Amino acid sequence: MTFRLLGLGAAMLIALSAQAANELKIGFLSTLSGPAGGIGNEIRDGFNLALKLAGGKLGALPTEVIFADDTLNPDTGKQLMERLLKRDRVNLVTGIVFSNVMLAVWPTIEESKIFYIAPNATPTSLTGKGCSPYFFSASWPNEAHHEAAGAFAQSKGFKNAYLIAPNYPAGKDALTGFKRTYKGTIVNEFYSKLNQLDYSAELAQIRAAKPDALYAFLPGGMGINFIKQFVAAGLSNEVQLIVPGFVSDQDVVRAVGEPMLGMFDTSQWAYDLDNDANQKFVAEFQKEYKRIPTLYAEQGYTAALIIDQAVRDAKGKIEDPKAFRAALMKAPERAKTPRGKWKEAANGTPIQDYYVRALVKDREGRIVNRKISTILKDHGDFWAKDCSMK
Amino acid sequence: MSVILFLEQALNGVQFGLMLFLLAAGLTLVFGIMDMINLAHGSLYMIGAYFMASFVQMTGSFWLGLPLALIATAVLGAALEMSLLRRLYGRDHLTQVLATFAVILIANEAVRIAWGSQPIMLNPPAGLTGPVALPGGLQYASYRLLIIAVGLAVALALYLTVTKTKVGMLVRAGASNREMATAMGVDIKRLFTAVFAVGAALCALAGAMLGPILAVQVGMGENILILAFVVIVIGGIGSIRGAFVGSLLVGIVDTGGRAFLPMLFSAFLPPQLASAAGPAVASVLIYVLMAGVLYFRPQGLFPARG
Repeated sequence: MTFRLLGLGAAMLIALSAQAANELKIGFLSTLSGPAGGIGNEIRDGFNLALKLAGGKLGALPTEVIFADDTLNPDTGKQLMERLLKRDRVNLVTGIVFSNVMLAVWPTIEESKIFYIAPNATPTSLTGKGCSPYFFSASWPNEAHHEAAGAFAQSKGFKNAYLIAPNYPAGKDALTGFKRTYKGTIVNEFYSKLNQLDYSAELAQIRAAKPDALYAFLPGGMGINFIKQFVAAGLSNEVQLIVPGFVSDQDVVRAVGEPMLGMFDTSQWAYDLDNDANQKFVAEFQKEYKRIPTLYAEQGYTAALIIDQAVRDAKGKIEDPKAFRAALMKAPERAKTPRGKWKEAANGTPIQDYYVRALVKDREGRIVNRKISTILKDHGDFWAKDCSMK
Repeated sequence: MSVILFLEQALNGVQFGLMLFLLAAGLTLVFGIMDMINLAHGSLYMIGAYFMASFVQMTGSFWLGLPLALIATAVLGAALEMSLLRRLYGRDHLTQVLATFAVILIANEAVRIAWGSQPIMLNPPAGLTGPVALPGGLQYASYRLLIIAVGLAVALALYLTVTKTKVGMLVRAGASNREMATAMGVDIKRLFTAVFAVGAALCALAGAMLGPILAVQVGMGENILILAFVVIVIGGIGSIRGAFVGSLLVGIVDTGGRAFLPMLFSAFLPPQLASAAGPAVASVLIYVLMAGVLYFRPQGLFPARG
């Protein structure tokens, strides 16, 4: 895979060097293969769709996207990012799925003074004290979905909640986010093993603890394992399961199906958000890929729209950091994204709405994540206060 | 803590052990009899689960899909043995590890091309989707009871085949002395292909049985394969009995650790520390077990050969 991409990258480079300088070259480093490859593919599909609908031009410039696959290995990611920046000489970079890869490649990006547009991972260490003018998130700060979930559990009047997350930094951040907005009793805060297969022991304890609500941040395969086993154990009739949108969007729905009915999740986006840009996005995505988009696809699509808007507003002056950053910061208020408009905080993170979605069947019998309420309005990053950029 | 919870956790441990046994049985057969480290065992498990999901979707029935998935994976396993693995028997283990690791990468990408990169659906058969009430008021997932039953049945069937039948005798002869068995007229080549096909079918059985409670996705085999290796190292390589006992030990120790250690720690540690230390210690417990067994019995609990 990597070798093929290397070859492809080299071929593209040769093809490009002959062309006029007046074009946009975007480096897209993402996790495209391996167990977690589904997420990267979803982001890429969303990004590609926006590019296609714009006629292959972002910001009115002919656009080339050079893809690279980090395979969820931070070292590989670092090497590929160096290649994108130094050999391919891209104008912008985007695409990273996972926070650990993001943190590993970040010094390389910042050093080369190239803007990074985050379509997913926005780790708190890049938005608080470590904020940078070259980092721009078009997705969400890492803790926001969990804060939304905590606020939802609070608003539902759940007296106590049981929390479970994998034992790694993002798991701890997730539960910290949840606890920031949830004021009820925490029955237990359980950190399970990363990539755990069997959750029967944890489920037995949850049943014995009889909590009102269960918050589970178990991304990827862990979430699928957990939800299947949670339902098979009959716990869905006893405890309300709440998850962030990463654990329960259409990629998981396709793998689990009916057992997911009755769950709630939180997201910065929903397929049924009522605005023209979203209806266009959802319809075009289904036409192109024959499936309902996930929140990841929306993030990829939106990242492309933000780039389009910013390059257009900066009149193509990507090399002028001041002008381009000014255009970027204004782009979320000008671009027509499926999420609607939002304001970008000085630390490069969105101040936006978060929704609660219910897993229900639509009229055609498909299982969808339907928006039921707006739980946080104009919600920003908790760590923005530590960023020195104003 | 109540007696019911204790019993439930004990049952969970046995159940998890039998889940692992389904995979470890095939691994130990191939490893022990053919002296071949097959890292691609996990890939056959993945492919078995994908075949199962596809056949269930095609036929609309879990029980029709199961035999089809077993046959398809066994055929694929035999083809893999005849085309590639056969050439590796004479080589050292490092070569085998490298070659079968390559098979993992190829299998993962092949599955991605054929089925897409996102996890696919495989749910329990109708009637086994929810819990059942066991004596004493214990609610237990009915599908997990099926896994227990299948695990025990496979253990018994393998044990009887290996110890009581002619085929089993040939298998044991091939395992303990390949040259002598050949000299006595045993067609080792065909025997190994057959053993590998059976190993592949066992993988498919594991994939098909575990798919409904685990994610069916690219790379699903690698994660569980590590545990299967721990099992056969504890049990003694090549021994079905060892794999069985090793699986149960690993299942019970792992589940027990996750269930009881946090509670135990909270008795004498501050709650903050206990909730952090409990799961952390529980997650290394099976490796401590493995190290302990290897220290006292380097050949494992039930070594297949002297």
